[in-house]
Amino acid sequence: MVTVLTELGASNVAATNVQGDNLWLKAADVEAAIGWTLKPQGLCQGEVCIPLPRSNTENFVNGDTVNVAEWWRLMDRPVLHDNAGATWMLGAGANQRADVLNTLEAPDFTLPDLNGTMHSLSDYRGKRVFLTTWSSW
Amino acid sequence: MYDEVKDEDFIIIAVAEESRGAETAREFIEEAKPAYVSLIDTEHHVADLYNMVNVPQSVWINEAGQIVRPAETAGSHDGWRAMNREDMSVPDDAAALIAKAQQTYVGAVRDWAVNGSASKHVFNSQQARAHLSLPDASVATANANFRLGRYLHSVGNTKEAEVFLKTASDLRPESWNIFRQAMNLKELGPMGLAADEAFFERVDALGAGRYYPPPDIEGFPRELGFKPPA
Repeated sequence: MVTVLTELGASNVAATNVQGDNLWLKAADVEAAIGWTLKPQGLCQGEVCIPLPRSNTENFVNGDTVNVAEWWRLMDRPVLHDNAGATWMLGAGANQRADVLNTLEAPDFTLPDLNGTMHSLSDYRGKRVFLTTWSSW
Repeated sequence: MYDEVKDEDFIIIAVAEESRGAETAREFIEEAKPAYVSLIDTEHHVADLYNMVNVPQSVWINEAGQIVRPAETAGSHDGWRAMNREDMSVPDDAAALIAKAQQTYVGAVRDWAVNGSASKHVFNSQQARAHLSLPDASVATANANFRLGRYLHSVGNTKEAEVFLKTASDLRPESWNIFRQAMNLKELGPMGLAADEAFFERVDALGAGRYYPPPDIEGFPRELGFKPPA
């Protein structure tokens, strides 16, 4: 089992092969782990599909397994892992963040309060929101 | 301020960038008895989404969910750097600047809370975009290192965690959030503050640069108010 961290959270999934910077998962597990699904037209998230490259396709898909790390790098997003290859971080890309900010639409998030109740920014649509940060440190 | 403005129009969402989790934030939140939404962000997700580098930073979001002021210093002023580090006293002139900064910023927020889009502090979309700070590839990699470091720390792999947290800070030296949170995860300093010698060295290295870049608000004091170390 490996732990895969994405914006969706942490998910534990059986890797079919971990080799250096490559992380192969069963196609059926890919959506739960990284939020993208393998379809005939490529890897898809919602309406968005990104086709697999025509060359080196075997670096991305092999039978019913997908190299999600190589896929993430193809999207120009950071991929990191611990020494043991047991924990993988598939991070957000700079363009992904910048494109959202440039629309000026406030990026949504969902976080807990002290009692563990979840709140989303979008719950407060219709009000002016003064979003501010602080810390104890 | 919150009490003066109607709930249906305006809300404060205060996000604690707190990798140690809810228990660390609890005493501060309960003491303040906030009449606003107070959330805990162990992964600094909000700082990541809005490209923030310090606390307190704030974003003004209108009724339609549009950013009308991107991330900016929420009224803090660099005058604290004139503090005597032995007895923590702040000279009067620096204290006056700190107070003026706070007052000016809170005044602007109040104006917006009451007047909405008619407030002169609301940016149009062109101005808002001009004030945006956008992440580049090294920022994105820094944030990924921070998150992985924080996760490894939370599962007890502190040795590897420290390597990723340090890489995060090296890749994004302007982020005090990353530097101080990493310091805080390593060890709680005096009074729980991540403000040891390494912190002050880093602050002194700013010279005339800013720990709290002044927000673009009319009347906000832009002077440092003290002579920075050479």
